[in-house]
Amino acid sequence: MTVHLAILPILIPLVGGLLMLLPPFAGVERYQYRRVAALCLMLAQIACSIILILMVVQNGAIMYAVGDWQPPFGIILYADQLSAMLVALTSFLGLGVTLYSFAGSDREGKYFHPLVQFQLLGIYGAFLTNDLFNLFVFFEVLLIASYTLLIHGGGKQKTAANVHYVILNLVGSSLFLFALGTLYGITGTLNIADMSLRVAQLSESNQLIAQAGGSLLLIVFGLKAAMLPLHFWLPRTYAAASAPVAALFAIMTKVGVYCIFRVYTVIFGDQAGDLANMIQPWVWPLAILTVIAGTVGALASPNLRTLAANLVIVSVGTLLIAFALRTPEATAAGFLYLIHSTLVTAALFLIADMLGQQRGKALDYFVVARKIKQQALFGVLFVVAAMAVAGLPPFSGFLAKLVILQSVTGVEQKIWVWSVILISSLITIIALSRAGTTLFWRSTPSRDNSETPGVSKWQICATFLLLGASPLLALFGASIIEYTNNAAAQLHDIPYLIEVMNLEENAQ
Amino acid sequence: METLYVICVGVLTFCGVFLCLRARTFSVVVGLTMLSYAVNLFLFSSGRLNLKNAAILDMSDSYADPLPQALTLTAIVIGFAMIAFVVILAMRARADLGNDFVDGREPPDSDKFIKPNKDKV
Repeated sequence: MTVHLAILPILIPLVGGLLMLLPPFAGVERYQYRRVAALCLMLAQIACSIILILMVVQNGAIMYAVGDWQPPFGIILYADQLSAMLVALTSFLGLGVTLYSFAGSDREGKYFHPLVQFQLLGIYGAFLTNDLFNLFVFFEVLLIASYTLLIHGGGKQKTAANVHYVILNLVGSSLFLFALGTLYGITGTLNIADMSLRVAQLSESNQLIAQAGGSLLLIVFGLKAAMLPLHFWLPRTYAAASAPVAALFAIMTKVGVYCIFRVYTVIFGDQAGDLANMIQPWVWPLAILTVIAGTVGALASPNLRTLAANLVIVSVGTLLIAFALRTPEATAAGFLYLIHSTLVTAALFLIADMLGQQRGKALDYFVVARKIKQQALFGVLFVVAAMAVAGLPPFSGFLAKLVILQSVTGVEQKIWVWSVILISSLITIIALSRAGTTLFWRSTPSRDNSETPGVSKWQICATFLLLGASPLLALFGASIIEYTNNAAAQLHDIPYLIEVMNLEENAQ
Repeated sequence: METLYVICVGVLTFCGVFLCLRARTFSVVVGLTMLSYAVNLFLFSSGRLNLKNAAILDMSDSYADPLPQALTLTAIVIGFAMIAFVVILAMRARADLGNDFVDGREPPDSDKFIKPNKDKV
């Protein structure tokens, strides 16, 4: 079993999702069966990802040649500490989303749980693969699942948002293939490790073509990650999606960020000769502008879901800043922030949905509406989420932002990063406190709220699960920072990757 | 041969990009199809164009690169499925939103650009 450990996170949701389409689980009235199956699958994936982390920490990175076709020719799965960490994060988020959907949103369509599994399959695959074309295939798997999940439940808003989302991503996929064709034509390989060897040896005219291919890839990953000029689709899409789907999508932008980290550290990293760090001068200003755009969007948001979506953009910008610093320390800090921001923004989407359920027609819009029934519970949840996302102690946001700020070296960079991140945090606090005062304290006095439905225990349980990770991340901060430091060091250690892939003798 | 091929890919890409920028979903869908044709041709050419190289080992001194063919096949299958999905989605959007504009509504200033034909009205 341990030999095939690297492919298990892909196989479990694939087989499980397919089985859920078959008789014992199929059918509208059999939703209870599907729920049990989905819960078992999620627990299996979490167990599998924890074993994967332990194995990777103990024995070093795992190289899995699918069908035993050795690199550089076969499709290679590569699980290092970074991939294992992200797989674990995804499975944990998946558990939260699945639990939340048990409250009833999974019954709006009969394929919710299988689709979530296929979505997770695509995300795990994107994290684990070490082959650019395979990455494209897993991108498409996660995208087609996300297209259908986004429209889950139906409605005008979802359809309108989905049309934009699908068309944009199809254009993105075309660009991805153009970039792959360019890079393959120049380097003759698709294996990320092998390509990093070949890129350094290119002739001058071929370097220009490789640069064009690499820049095209940045557009594709930037579109997935919602980097500044390509982020306009995100607020509307995430605000239109149903709550568990929006929470699951919190990891999707991170897939784009992960690909930027992986591709531009390994292929176009420090060892790439003339092409070394070629996108860094582009990403640097774009990252800062992304944070600013997200922050301004957060101030201008009319409802809590759009606010959360804009905070996703802020988190992407912050991660790109950590990328643009190009040091292992900054990368490690970025990974800690990645874990934190994924879980907290997901929780914020769930809280927005539950608040909406108790405010009648006003939903989560910042208008005066009827009083919320469970004020104490939601007040605590909202304050914790807001403090964590804005970066106030004692929660994980404070720790993560602090580590990013500490990792900045150089005076000029310090001026930019410190001022942008700190001012954006301050404005986030203002936006969230404005939102909180309207949602919780301004209510129409006369309205009787005894008929307001309470929220389901599944919803509360899922929100506690995702939000509870925030103080835990801060509590076990030292060991998690140590882990992300190792993961970042492993990512930046290209000779180690080449050695794991057995590519040394081929190169000579 | 290369020149002809390049012109084909270029014209297809141009048409695809142009049609993707139109306001109605039908032309956008056609544009996406054109783009995916262009991309398939482009991927195929990444193994270099040649007429005489063998595809099977031990048959010749020079071989054609087999990988771009596999990539193109995968891209065709995926592209086809995605286009099928976007067609269904466009029809659903037409039913849900009552028009086939990509934005879900007619642009408010569209009559500035398209003069309505007064004779027919």
